[in-house]
Amino acid sequence: MISTLLGKKIGMTQVYDAQNVLVPVTVVEAGPCPVVQIKTTQVDGYNAVQLGYSKQKAKNASKAEKNHAKKAGLEDAPRLLSEVRLEEASTLKVGDVITVEAFKEGQFVDVIGVTKGKGFQGVVKRFRVGGGPATHGSMFHRRIGSIGMRQTPGRTWKNQAMPGHMGSLRRTLQNLTIVKILPEKNLLLVKGAIPGANGDDVIVRTAIKGQPKKA
Amino acid sequence: MSTHSILKEITAFQVKKDTPAFKVGDGVRVHTKVREGDKERTQIFAGIVIALKGSGIHETFTVRRISYGEGVERVFPVNSPNIEKIEIERTSEPVRARLYYLRSRLGKAAMAIKEKRVEKAVATK
Repeated sequence: MISTLLGKKIGMTQVYDAQNVLVPVTVVEAGPCPVVQIKTTQVDGYNAVQLGYSKQKAKNASKAEKNHAKKAGLEDAPRLLSEVRLEEASTLKVGDVITVEAFKEGQFVDVIGVTKGKGFQGVVKRFRVGGGPATHGSMFHRRIGSIGMRQTPGRTWKNQAMPGHMGSLRRTLQNLTIVKILPEKNLLLVKGAIPGANGDDVIVRTAIKGQPKKA
Repeated sequence: MSTHSILKEITAFQVKKDTPAFKVGDGVRVHTKVREGDKERTQIFAGIVIALKGSGIHETFTVRRISYGEGVERVFPVNSPNIEKIEIERTSEPVRARLYYLRSRLGKAAMAIKEKRVEKAVATK
């Protein structure tokens, strides 16, 4: 059984847990994800399950997308498709649907999303470079400063902090606790923040680094 | 359904509906559950509500009191299950929405709230 779901970040709020402690949570709408295609080593060279999420308007979906969905017995073409690689061939069949019930409350999950885009940023914001003094005639406020030495090494080191595009990167947050599951609404309450803006697409999967030890 | 209404719906079951309608300027006694080891007892914090903040599950209120000549403030989440009950001891009609000016007052004046004139006129009749 795989436990990876495609979903959407709804937003953040707070809930009281069993110990009456107010916990910050991110609400994620995860699934239901129909299995659209099963890939096997014999046919495709590797084992994987292709999951779909949400749906596209018929006028927006291409003919290929529509027919791909039709093969899986779906009425509308999913808006998102994503593969989950597996070691061995899956026992799932095309047409099976994975829901938030694949997860348990209290378990660890990894959440993958695309961070908010920040545009072209300087080194102070982008790399947390200290910057110079604001006053006393400094004339060196948020500039990048020296980027290296002289004849030795005679070049700029790799990874030297410089201005450039910041954000809009795929990022994974590991080992987030599932605080609550609301199966009838397909919602997961994950402790803490996750990448991306509200409404952005995310992937939720069982934590690859293992589960919390039982006390 | 908009994202905001989903968030509201999720937290709705933890938002208390039986909280007494106290407001800024009211004198209140807040009964809170305190855990000490295995034992649980009730602690009372009495003072003036000087601020109300937030809404829904995030709503909080600040209570200020003078304890042994020293000003003490505590921020309580309105919807915390640790709050057993809130008693309203006295009410008033303050001129401000937040009574932060009480912080700079000393002695008797520290608990005196400047009230709206209308209210005062009624009181003197």
